[in-house]
Amino acid sequence: MWKWLHPYAKTERAYALCGSLLPWCWGGALLCLAVGLAWGLAFAPADYQQGDSFRIIYLHVPSAILSMGAYSGMAIAAFIGLVWQIRSADMAVSAIAPVGAVVTFVALFTGAAWGKPMWGTWWVWDARLTSELILLFLYLGVIALYQSFEDKQQGAKAAGILALVGVVNLPIIHYSVEWWNTLHQGATITKFGKPSIAPDMLWPLLISIAGLGLLVAALSLYRLQSEMIRREMHRPWVQAMFKAQEGNHHAF
Amino acid sequence: MHFESWSAFWAMGGYAFYVWLAFGVSGLALALLVAQSFYARRSLRRYWQAEQARQQRIAASRSRQQQNSKLADEVD
Amino acid sequence: MIYPLAGLLRRELALAYRQKAELVQPLIFFVLVISLFPLGVGPGPQMLQKIGPGVIWVAVLLSSLLGMERLFRDDFSDGWLEQMMLSGLPLPLVVLVKVIAHWLTCVLPLLLVSPLLALFLNLSPAMYQALVLGLLLGTPLLSLVGATGVALTLGLQRGGVLLSLLLLPLFVPLLIFATSAVDAAAMQLPYNGQLAIIGALLLLALALSPLATAHALKISQN
Repeated sequence: MWKWLHPYAKTERAYALCGSLLPWCWGGALLCLAVGLAWGLAFAPADYQQGDSFRIIYLHVPSAILSMGAYSGMAIAAFIGLVWQIRSADMAVSAIAPVGAVVTFVALFTGAAWGKPMWGTWWVWDARLTSELILLFLYLGVIALYQSFEDKQQGAKAAGILALVGVVNLPIIHYSVEWWNTLHQGATITKFGKPSIAPDMLWPLLISIAGLGLLVAALSLYRLQSEMIRREMHRPWVQAMFKAQEGNHHAF
Repeated sequence: MHFESWSAFWAMGGYAFYVWLAFGVSGLALALLVAQSFYARRSLRRYWQAEQARQQRIAASRSRQQQNSKLADEVD
Repeated sequence: MIYPLAGLLRRELALAYRQKAELVQPLIFFVLVISLFPLGVGPGPQMLQKIGPGVIWVAVLLSSLLGMERLFRDDFSDGWLEQMMLSGLPLPLVVLVKVIAHWLTCVLPLLLVSPLLALFLNLSPAMYQALVLGLLLGTPLLSLVGATGVALTLGLQRGGVLLSLLLLPLFVPLLIFATSAVDAAAMQLPYNGQLAIIGALLLLALALSPLATAHALKISQN
């Protein structure tokens, strides 16, 4: 692990790695989202119970999955930063948090917009919506903690610990909310069970999940790069990079 | 194509408001995030350029001062 | 090792005893919040009994946040914490002792006023018993998790509001299980399960939180 990670402990190398991954992520995200969403919106058959309103699934499920995925990514970065003291991993925590928060917001909003025609209200205290809401609060906590520090390096470390505390708590919160929900409402409302989904509906869903995942990856990598520049503004590698870019601008 | 016409597609089987609201707001949120990310990078570069220009001005005025004092010495 | 830690505990208790006013304020806040609810939702005994468990626990969470900052703030600003880090005592144990002292001085009084709440909110004896057991198991958990939050916000000028933003989402499971224990008692159902889960959470926090807190303190000290 250490041998594999070690070269990227240098911010410059990590920046270059991000740079070489980024075009693939942006391109893949655009392609997959365009194909998945167009297929889901226009070509997939309508659900026999929910009609066309079920098409919100093509945003809701990917964003719900990725809100959790981004949090685990953030926690893994925090863990690497904590154990191996790698600066770029600490920076990754603060780069991923806003992306994860927006994706969680999308999951909540699409859930509400789906809930209105299906359940008759914008918001119900459904187990999944409630744990998404608490997940959003956890993201906001990480962002707020990081923002409050003047010393960004210290802030990134503190945010990393909070992310790890959150990831220990997340399963507990999830199961407690689920249990609370069954206690208070019975099983009448959570009717989006896991019935077998038709392949015509499943394929666009999988493609959308991949697309949003790549978009989250691209945004996180891009923001991580910005974070590296901000922290190391006066290091030679940033100077050299900006000067090279200046040169390009003048040439054109 | 599942829908028979474009108008049927936009109508979404009567659920147009909810489907397009969900897609619209989500798209807007993601687009704002992308825009903010790019804007932050650009303002970083602006900041660097401003700093660079400031340092050049400082260097220039310092060399001018040196020349001025040299001239003054020669006049004396 | 035991001897200096016992001395530490004595010091904490003596310090707390000298700042009695600061200890009493969260307590008054607690009773005040509870007595606002009958005014807000009406004094019907049925209604009060129904919302009682939730109201009490939410008030516990909020008032525990008020006193939480005392945990490390003064020791941080007068440099005592730095001395402790240099002293060679294992920092997680120091943290644990401080949390125990904080629980004894700031949180235990909440338990002492709880009979009053049972009267205010018309709780039955069975409900009161469940409430006290829940408080006994749950409030140390609050102090332990709270210590991590306080340690994280220690380097900041104004950590108060931020602290509640960080901690309240983490308290959700405790709120759910503790109120449901009292609800179960109200319906004459067994509530061992809820208490067992709170106990398990407490053990988990006991194992992990001092380590996380110690690390956060080191970061704050930079």
